[in-house]
Amino acid sequence: MKRTSLFDNHVSSGALMVPFGGWDMPIQYSSILNEAKAVRSGVGIFDVSHMGLVELKGLSSVEFLNKIVTADVTAMKGGRAKYTLICNEQGGIIDDTILYRLNAQHFLLVPNASNTDEIMIWLEKWKNKMQMSVNINLVTGKKSLIAIQGPSSEKILGHLLTSNPSHLRPFRCEQSYIKTFPVIVCRTGYTGEDGFELVVPSEGVVSIWKELTALGATPCGLGARDVLRLEAGLLLHGSDMDSNTNPLEAGLERFVSWNKEYFVGQEALTFIKQRESIKKIVGFKLLERGVPRNGYAILDDECNQIGVVTSGTYSQNLNMGIGLGYVPKPFSILGTIINVDIRGRNTPAEIVGIPFYKKQG
Amino acid sequence: MYPNDRKYSKEHEWAKQDINESLLIGITDYAQEHLGDIVYLDLPNVGSMLSKMQKLGEIESVKSVSDIFSPVSGEVIEINNIALDSPELVNSDPHNNGWLVRIIVSNASEFDELLTADEYQSFLDSLGS
Repeated sequence: MKRTSLFDNHVSSGALMVPFGGWDMPIQYSSILNEAKAVRSGVGIFDVSHMGLVELKGLSSVEFLNKIVTADVTAMKGGRAKYTLICNEQGGIIDDTILYRLNAQHFLLVPNASNTDEIMIWLEKWKNKMQMSVNINLVTGKKSLIAIQGPSSEKILGHLLTSNPSHLRPFRCEQSYIKTFPVIVCRTGYTGEDGFELVVPSEGVVSIWKELTALGATPCGLGARDVLRLEAGLLLHGSDMDSNTNPLEAGLERFVSWNKEYFVGQEALTFIKQRESIKKIVGFKLLERGVPRNGYAILDDECNQIGVVTSGTYSQNLNMGIGLGYVPKPFSILGTIINVDIRGRNTPAEIVGIPFYKKQG
Repeated sequence: MYPNDRKYSKEHEWAKQDINESLLIGITDYAQEHLGDIVYLDLPNVGSMLSKMQKLGEIESVKSVSDIFSPVSGEVIEINNIALDSPELVNSDPHNNGWLVRIIVSNASEFDELLTADEYQSFLDSLGS
């Protein structure tokens, strides 16, 4: 099992460690709900160094990436970040990722931990196939990734950075320094709150983490991260979508640049777009007590299975169970009542809009 | 640290003798800590007959759902409605106000067979946590 540079620090602060995507990661420090609350009302920090950090450099990097991801990379300026998808030739989603363009020929791609190996193989394969001059370098391990999330994140980060984080708008990124450590600061996250993600040299990550906690940031585990991302209606690859799911049924069509030049999966997706898709992802809230979980069946009012829950949790903000799942299109209309089979108990639920939670102010 | 005024099961429940020869049943501090934030309790109806090791109910936390097993056989004569409404009580006070059900035992020897506080502590030590 792989460990991040903060592993010893997590263990000594009493975190409960669990295997996640091949890594031994903190699921919680004290309480998932308290940690989630800290992010909604103040500031929380997450060690997300298990995520892949892939640097792409070189003359053909724009041209190469434009063929790999569904976003139009040619339209991205330096210092910008974009949520995008990597699809296979059939239009299935191999991974979702944020792509950072640091400058003209320097990009950073952040695949999910459990997909990083597959994405590296995929990138190398297409690089060779298309004979492109691009350097692809996995820097996971050498560099660490910390997410600082919540309404107070800008204030806290302002104490550490040599640059002023209030000048950085959402989905922008820049190089800066914390003491002598060069860092990449990005105004992105996976919680539905304002926040930042910091790429830092691994030799500096423990001292930066300790400074952030000393300034009042609450260490948060992957448990809180999952609750927060689900409340914000953000999908998790491997649960809510996989390489057998296309962006249309996953509700991610707006992240596909249909009119750009060729990209892997474009042909298949254009074909899929012309047909009526059969299933669709929906958000639902339970109308009775209970917590929906991945794999639970979704039933119609005659108890026939019509779909499956892909993510679920108890939302403290909404004081009810919420979830995501796939249903046939006619059931995806807002207000439709479905049933979730919670260990043999048919629990009514209502199809609602995603996100479940929007940040305040 | 586990109180001596009651007995324990290897499934991390406690049973404490209370008024009118009833037993209060709850989960241990170890159990609540491992479950994490508890959001729902499913408890049996008053009047239910339980046999030892039969499923007594379910505890749903943010992380997972776990079955609770009855450490003894008997009849449920009361459930903790306060904990039903505020399940976080089981996290904050598992050994007192966070009790789950009150039972009239049908076989007293089953209670005697449960672990003492010291035995339960040794059992936890053997789990390596």
